Amino acid sequence: MPHIALPDLPGIRGPMAFRPETAKPLNDLVDVLLRGPSSLSPGERELIATFVSAQNDCRYCQTIHGAIAAHHLGGAEDLVVAVKTHPQSAAISDKLKALLVIAGKTAESGKLVTAADVEKARRLGASDLEIHDTVLIAAVFCLCNRYVDGLATWAPDDPAFYRQRAALVAENGYAASTLVTGPSK
Amino acid sequence: MAFRPETAVHLRALAETLLRGPNTLTSAEREAIAAFVSKRNDCTFCYLSHRAASAHHTGGDYSFVDTVANGEGVAPVSPKLRALLAIAGKVQQGGKQVSADDVARARAEGATDVEIHDAVLIAAAFCMYNRYVDGLATLTPTDPAAYDPMGKRMATQGYVPHAR
Repeated sequence: MPHIALPDLPGIRGPMAFRPETAKPLNDLVDVLLRGPSSLSPGERELIATFVSAQNDCRYCQTIHGAIAAHHLGGAEDLVVAVKTHPQSAAISDKLKALLVIAGKTAESGKLVTAADVEKARRLGASDLEIHDTVLIAAVFCLCNRYVDGLATWAPDDPAFYRQRAALVAENGYAASTLVTGPSK
Repeated sequence: MAFRPETAVHLRALAETLLRGPNTLTSAEREAIAAFVSKRNDCTFCYLSHRAASAHHTGGDYSFVDTVANGEGVAPVSPKLRALLAIAGKVQQGGKQVSADDVARARAEGATDVEIHDAVLIAAAFCMYNRYVDGLATLTPTDPAAYDPMGKRMATQGYVPHAR
């Protein structure tokens, strides 16, 4: 049971509906980061979000963002599992592997990211904007994971729930969900 | 923030709502929670700037925020704020650390569900801002006095430029 009386919605959607004033900038931020114009594909960015949420052991976030990543990547659920469990041998680009190292360190503490980590990502083709966005995606999911678990929100068990929700989010985005779950504006 | 205005606008809007929006917790208290969490995350820039912002919500007096940030459960920190800080400190470690007892204690001291929610989200948000600032190895002055004018600006003008 959640720590406070929240609307009966799973994961982050409960507190977001409870407090639409803060849900709006959060959803807008996640929309820009994960779905806005970027040289990283939405699937790659969702994989970073999933990887960080798995490292932070947040069940709702890693499952929903894993499902959204798989949806963007043509149903590649095995790849999502591989990225969560052994990213350095997963079938992803060397650039994304280097970005995941930066994301994993950011999630532990920003201070752990070294000049050598950044240099390696750059050598494998990462732009400054991609490095920036990787750090910010990792940081934002340190927020979302703590928000979800700090209020003891509930998470469905059925993988079908996440697949269905993933298709909706992939289609409509995150900013749209503020309007669905909270008062307008 | 200047490098990526598309994300900065929403980061600023979130800080504005959390720290300066309508709330039963004062802005001095909310900025003090931000400073407390940032200090525990060892993020000098966020700690010293939000410390100064909190102070400037109480006329430039640093004694309240320093008592909070040092984790001293003494006056002038109210029992309710102490209970909320205990929750914020657990969120900083990891969301799962927050127990039903922590929440019950805050409620017993008069905290509302919105206040508990906001304590959790402020702590979570500073786990983001702190990592963003340090993950990119941003320039960080080390002299606390350098942050005083910045805190004054944050307290009086806020985080959203066009709202000034």
